[in-house]
Amino acid sequence: MAVIRDVMAAFELFQPASVDDAQRLLEQHGPDAWVLAGGLDSFDWLKDRIKKPKVVVDLSGIGELRGIRAAGSDGIEIGAMTTLTEVVNHPIVKQKYDLLAQAAELVASPQIRNQGTIGGNVSQDTRCWYYRSGWPCYRAGGNICYADTPEGRNREHAILQADRCVAVNPSDSAPALIALDAKFVIRTRKGERVVDAEDYFIGPDIDITRLHILQPGDLLTAIRIPSTWAGAQFYFEKIRDRNVWDFPLMNVASAMVASGDSSAGNGSAQTIDRIRISVNAAAARPLRLKVVEDAVRGQPRNAATGEMAGKLAVRGAIPLQFNAYKIPLMRNLVKRAIIGSGAAARSGAEEATWTS
Amino acid sequence: MDFLEWATSPWGQRVPIHIAWFLIWVAVIAGFLFFVVHATYLRYFARPREFTGTISPAVAARIPEHVPRHSLTARLFHWIMAASMFTLLFTAFLPKVGVQFPWVTYHWIAGVVLTASILFHVIHASFFMDFWAIWPDRIDLRDAWRRMMRFAGKHEAPPDKFAKYPLENKLYHGAIIAAGLSAIVTGVFMMFRVRTIFFPRNPYLFGDMTWGMMYVLHGLAGVGLIALIMVHVYFGLRPEKLPITKSMIFGWMSRDFYLKEHDPKRWVVETSSSPSSSASPAPDSKGLEGRGLTDAV
Repeated sequence: MAVIRDVMAAFELFQPASVDDAQRLLEQHGPDAWVLAGGLDSFDWLKDRIKKPKVVVDLSGIGELRGIRAAGSDGIEIGAMTTLTEVVNHPIVKQKYDLLAQAAELVASPQIRNQGTIGGNVSQDTRCWYYRSGWPCYRAGGNICYADTPEGRNREHAILQADRCVAVNPSDSAPALIALDAKFVIRTRKGERVVDAEDYFIGPDIDITRLHILQPGDLLTAIRIPSTWAGAQFYFEKIRDRNVWDFPLMNVASAMVASGDSSAGNGSAQTIDRIRISVNAAAARPLRLKVVEDAVRGQPRNAATGEMAGKLAVRGAIPLQFNAYKIPLMRNLVKRAIIGSGAAARSGAEEATWTS
Repeated sequence: MDFLEWATSPWGQRVPIHIAWFLIWVAVIAGFLFFVVHATYLRYFARPREFTGTISPAVAARIPEHVPRHSLTARLFHWIMAASMFTLLFTAFLPKVGVQFPWVTYHWIAGVVLTASILFHVIHASFFMDFWAIWPDRIDLRDAWRRMMRFAGKHEAPPDKFAKYPLENKLYHGAIIAAGLSAIVTGVFMMFRVRTIFFPRNPYLFGDMTWGMMYVLHGLAGVGLIALIMVHVYFGLRPEKLPITKSMIFGWMSRDFYLKEHDPKRWVVETSSSPSSSASPAPDSKGLEGRGLTDAV
């Protein structure tokens, strides 16, 4: 298929100065409008002429969408247009919500983090190359998934919750925000709506053409992180083909509160009191592993618990032709998220293996 | 305005991918327009119906109080088919109009139920029921002509009373067969594109153009069924058709309704005494005439 690159189709550009104006524009133009945040996902689509919006609403001039501020006595609020670099370097984020700082720091490259926004990172589209090449797949409104075929290149695709489309969500910050029990603030035509982070994302069973709940006319304005998990024990790990910069093959984020003596031997003296854990790039939406959370709560934080959690996490996984490796990968990531990163804590833990 | 949506396949071929979804609303509006036009006609313009022939008191006396019309098996089939059909329509089209839920699994399961019930019905109707009762016969065609002429104000003899099923009922059945089978056959093939328990996925079973046409046919049959089922429900709820609707629940219709609408010679009701074939129609029986599509659908 011939693709014209680097020459965008004409569109009308709006640069509102306030959220109200932006929302009004989005409402006015509905599905014809494209929201431009950092532009890192958008310009691929526009330059490749795969998406040809009539109207682009550039949010970069809206000051109220930028910055990290205290949300009363209960946590912080991050404006949707806050860059990932700002998130990584913010002292409160580093001090209390380091999980998000870790995740944001592993997004792409420094240059991209300087430009990319937290709102854009959680709202970006999937990286499935069949879809991004403009092929008429389910996600593009067609009636086939080119990746879920015997010869399809599906090494990076879903092992869980696939429903016709097997694309995955590529966000690194999304699982961290789910683990931190963040709330997403959305401005809609009916007013402000606040949803749990995990409910911001949707799978193809609900809507095969979108990765999140934003409807035409809606605008993600901020992300609120409550203090519930401030200062907890965090774990974030991202597996990618190129460690310099790449999208995740899979990532895991956990926030845990454990009691007991963490210095003792393999860590089994600790008991898991509370935990939230999430993985991404395993399905079309970042998955909160509620079953795992319930299973490990009250259990000793040791290799056996981690092993059990890993097995539980991949229950129901269905590999495609070329991504069976993701099953042991997910088991290991979940296990490590439970046990922690310390070598002592991981002693006695066997990694699941996979051979092609 | 395009009635189909098209896409360019990876091989550069222009292929249809499905119907344009505004056709959903076209079908819904068509269904409502039919209600309005038909109800208005019946209310203000329809003349009383007339039928040829009378039924002798002796024959009428042999007709039981409750005339059996649908066996329990036939009724169960009808309601299972109705439930699966509604499930199919709602799961197919609600997501297209903004009501989002995980519909695919419900949809194909309902499709399997419908397919199984239709297969059962074909066997049941072919070997255990009067197979030809639902197909138009010569008298139906003659009477349709007579009714059309009388509707147009021409002088024509009144039609006979109906057999077990009025012509409109038979034509509706034919339309349901066409739309239903189109949806079922294409739907069975489309199950090769999703994960089911029946067979491995094989999206390359057909070429892009064939798949595209299959999705288009499935969609057209689907929106056609929206209108057909709206019309069916409408007639099922019309006061003069309620005896027919009740017969699909209880299995029988009253003797009075039977004698008013049906010809004992064309729909022979088994009685404990001799069959009603001795009924002798007389030429001047009067009922309601000229109602066109009002007859049971």
